[in-house]
Order: sequence, then structure tokens, then C-alpha cells
Amino acid sequence: MAKKIALLQGNEACAYGALYAGCNFFGGYPITPSTEVAEVMSRELPRNGGKFIQMEDEIGAMASVLGAALTGAKALTASSGPGISLKQELIGYGCIAEIPCVIVNVMRGGPSTGMPTGPSQSDIMQARWGTHGDHAAIAVAPASCQEIFAETVRAFNLAETYRMPVQVLLDEINGHMRERIELPEPGDLEVINRQTPSVPPDQYLPYDPDFGDVPPLAAFGSGYRFHVTGLNKAADGFPTTKAKLVDAEERRQIRKVEANRDKIEKNEEYLVEDADIIVVAIGTISRSARNAVNQLREQGMKVGLFRPITLWPFPERRIAELAVRCKTLIVPEMNLGQMILEVERVIRGACALHGIGRVDGEPITPSQIIEKIKEVC
Amino acid sequence: MAFDYDKYLRPGKLPHIWCPGCGHGIILKGLLRAIDACGLDKDNTAIVSGIGCASRLPGYVDFNTLHTAHGRAAAFATGIKMAKPEMNVLVVGGDGDGVAIGGNHFIHACRRNIDMTYILCNNFIYGMTGGQFSPCTPTGDRASTTPYGNPDPVFDIGKLAIGAGASFVARTTSFHATQIDKLIAEGIRHKGMAVIEVLDDCPTTYGRRNKFRSVVDMMKRFKELAVPVAKAASMSKEELEGKIVTGILHQEQRPEYCEQYAEVVKRAQKS
Repeated sequence: MAKKIALLQGNEACAYGALYAGCNFFGGYPITPSTEVAEVMSRELPRNGGKFIQMEDEIGAMASVLGAALTGAKALTASSGPGISLKQELIGYGCIAEIPCVIVNVMRGGPSTGMPTGPSQSDIMQARWGTHGDHAAIAVAPASCQEIFAETVRAFNLAETYRMPVQVLLDEINGHMRERIELPEPGDLEVINRQTPSVPPDQYLPYDPDFGDVPPLAAFGSGYRFHVTGLNKAADGFPTTKAKLVDAEERRQIRKVEANRDKIEKNEEYLVEDADIIVVAIGTISRSARNAVNQLREQGMKVGLFRPITLWPFPERRIAELAVRCKTLIVPEMNLGQMILEVERVIRGACALHGIGRVDGEPITPSQIIEKIKEVC
Repeated sequence: MAFDYDKYLRPGKLPHIWCPGCGHGIILKGLLRAIDACGLDKDNTAIVSGIGCASRLPGYVDFNTLHTAHGRAAAFATGIKMAKPEMNVLVVGGDGDGVAIGGNHFIHACRRNIDMTYILCNNFIYGMTGGQFSPCTPTGDRASTTPYGNPDPVFDIGKLAIGAGASFVARTTSFHATQIDKLIAEGIRHKGMAVIEVLDDCPTTYGRRNKFRSVVDMMKRFKELAVPVAKAASMSKEELEGKIVTGILHQEQRPEYCEQYAEVVKRAQKS
């Protein structure tokens, strides 16, 4: 049977991906350039028996998502830089209370109001360290509209599997760009639902380490009465200040991602096998980088592209391996040097490293990347 | 027969964190009597709070309980109620939590008239952090951050809730223990946003800075200043100055938010 084809904007593809993953709750607040995600959800969710609510502010939107997720819903919110900054405290709440949900950040220039209609990749570090305290983070950074659909589905799967907030990083360009998409049929993409408890309610502990690093999560109203708090808590969910219990819980929450890097990480490698020069780029800018790689290959230069699709956890082992094999890494990003800090950390000086930054609201072009490579190599 | 509170308390979670003389325990007991009177099913009831002394209440009671972040209880509760409208949703919190940092969520929950019962324990102070002034600290009073007297005017929570659109608004005090459960029960039975403000005593951080020699003095003040709604109706504005009007301040039938959204779903599924 012929595949269903659609012409979709990235933000729309994100919303349809969420619906494909079983999203049945959206809590949002209008903000450019993410608003189309909310608009599609407001139209489609009630048709599918889901719930859409536009809250009074960004914080309320995040709170409604966490509340809904605790009732068993697959919940989504979408925002952009300043809105994500407002949500950060509650993203941390989702981390410590281990509530699965997905947060879309269609990145725009900043800080503050910045450039609402200009593209940016300046929330790379916000996606990792935006909320206070030690915590694990998962963020995906798709490049094309097709991939935005699939990665939004995967973001829900990761949130459900690891019982935590997961971020989808788009930017003003791929959020608003329209592309041809093959719409996956039900069953084409894997859809994962959270593990719920199998023990009787009186034996249920919401953070029971006996079930591994990701304890099952009961839904409010399902007969499992339990307590949820943002305080450091013990396995039973109640607050504690006992050093040993706090330490065990904190470490488990970080370990659940660290120990599963192989399952969470996803990268694309393009012509890196024999490459002397490897460009490391995400999202929209990886498309400029691929074009630059093709042009330079035609000129006989051995250039490749490494594209983290999972941005967090950062693909540190693979980049370290590549750094030993190649001579130079080039990191173009629409900010003044965020991802390059991670690359620098993991390669430990194994090869030369050069960044290309841009914060003027324009994308980094293939010719800019070519120029830089010719300048430094 | 004495009321069996143990039926609703989580074993092993007491003693609570509240100071001797604090009114929160009186409100907790009133809440449990109200829940019992309304026959709420424990499995199908969520109790949500923010941050502060009163917000520790959910930890002690055997329901689906959610101790959220400072000020955000109403917004979390909105998510729960929207996602699962068949659940009974109650919110408990203090004055700073509810109408300062959480003021925006509070007024919008009132505006939506979403079916939840919000018990606002107004003790005129930020107790947990040691007694800083809140929007409900009387003007001129002392708090740890108003050493020369509070320059701020006071929020009238009842008027705020009514103005924002809550369809049930009531007020009582921690002295009027038997009225607490009656008003909360009325609020639970009411379809829509119900706000029950309970003026509450904090001897530790408010009373001792403001010339209340004992908890009994604070309680006596509530007793002396309280005027039931019916009596207040025949009193002049001047006579009511400084008084605490108690009882159901406002009640109306107005479309409830989840029911309104159910209509949206019907329209969407027809289109």
C-alpha cells in the first residue's frame, strides 16, 4: 500500500509525532516560534478524546503536564527559550519525582526576549543544566521534518522508559520549514508505554529500587495511593533527610540514564570512515554541514559529518573515538560556543578543534563552514 | 462515637511538623471530617499542595497525594482534573503559596471554575521560612522582613476569589473548628471552583512578633472578630471594619470547566 504523504511544517510534524506516540494531554502557553505545536494539538486532541489546555503561563503549563502525567496521561508541552527558562523549576520537579513527559523547545535567539522569529541553537546547555541541582537529562535534536516526527515519538518512548522529562530541541528554521513527509502507519514505529506496578497496592513503593533503576509508576486514581514530593525522598516517596537514602535516590536517578547510554544515544555518521576532518553539528545546521561535506569531497578533501540525534546524554565515547582517528573537528552551532565545550571536554586534546558560532538570527551557511575548514586545515 | 481519624491518616507519618498551637492540625481534622461526610473514595481522591507549612498536610493523609513546587498546586491540580475529571481534587496551602507566588494559578483556576476544592490556610505569614510578611499580613504588623511595620496593603482572599470567578467562596477561622468541616464539605459538594479560606494562627512566627501572648489570645481574637454572613448583611461598612465575616460568602451555579471541555470534545468529534 502506498504510504500516506503530507507536506508538513516541522512544528506540525512534531505534534503529529506526539499523537502517534499516544499523547493525550497538552498543556501550553503561546510563544513564538513554537505555537503551531499547540495549535495542532488544540485541534486534534479533542477529536481523539484527548485534552488540550492553554494555561495562564508557562509555569502553569508545565505544572498541568506533570499533574496530567501522574494520572497516566502521555503529556506534552511546547515552548521556546524564555518559556523554557520559566519551566525550569518544574522540569527539575519532573526529574526528582520521576514523571514522564515531553517538552518541545523550538529554540530562538536570546538571552531574554532575544529574537523571537530568529533561529538559534543557544539552548543546548539550558537543555542539560537549565534546572538546578544534579539530575540526568535526555534531549533529542532532529534535523528534518520526517525526523522531527520520528524523534518526537522516540522522545515519548524515552520519557516512558526512563520515567523522566525528555526534551525535543527544534529551532525556528526546522520548526517552521515545510517538507514532504511519509506518515508512518500504526505499527511502523515502536510506541512504548510506562511500566506500571504488578505488586498489590499495599506493597507498592513509587521509587522501589528492587525493580531496577526505573521503578514502575502507578497512575493516580488506579488504586495505588502514594505520595509525590519535590523534596528529596526515600523509596517510599516520603521526604527524608537521611544522608544514605538521599544519596541512593540521587545516584539512581542519574544512573538510570548513564547506564543506558547505548540504548538512548543515537547518531548519524556520514563519510566519517576515512575523514581527516569531521564536522560535528546538530539539527538545522547539520544540513548546512552535510552540504559543505559534499562540496569539499568533490574537491577531494576527506571531510565527514558526525550528527548527534540524541544531544543529551552527549555521545562522548564515539566523539572521543573519532577524535583519535581524525585530524580536526569542526563544530558549527548557532550560538557562541556551547556544544564545542562538550566536544573539547571529551576529546582531551586528541585532535585540533575549531568552532563556528553565529548569533545574528541567520543560519550558518555551507560556504561559512567551507571557508572555516579551508582556513584552518 | 469519636470520629475515627486513623481511617484517613497514613500510619507512621505522625508526628507532623507543625508547631504547638498551630492551627493547621485543626484544619486537617476538619478536612478529614468533611471528606468523610461527603463519602469520598480514597482511591479516587487527589490532595495537592504547594510549599509551606500547610502544604505538608498531604503527606499525612492516605489519598493520592502530591506535594508540588511553591505556588503551583492549583496548576498541577488543574492538570489532574482535566486528565481525569472523575477524580475528586482538593488543594491545600497557605496564603503566601496561594495568592503571592501562586496568585496567577489561583485566579485562573477560579476563572475557569474547574471543579476542585481549595482550602487556603491563611495565617498571615510565611511560617516555614521563619516569619516573613505575606500579602495577607495586616498593614503595620511586624514580620521578620517588616521590622518597622508592614507597609503593604492586605489581599482580601474572599473578594479576590469571587472577583476571579470562583463559584463557591467561604471563610472561617481555626477557632470555628466545627464550621471548618461544614464549609469544606459544602465546597466539595459544590460543582465548580470552591475556595474555603480558613484564618489560621501561627503563634511561632506571627503571634510572638505581634503582641499575642499566647495561642489562646489569637483564638480569642478570631472569636471576637468573627461575624456570620447573615449578621454582617445588616451591619454598616463602618461596623464591619476590622471584622472577619464568616460563612458562605458567595455561591452560584456556573458552567464547570471540565464539562465545558467535554462539549468541545463533542463539537470536535462532529467536525
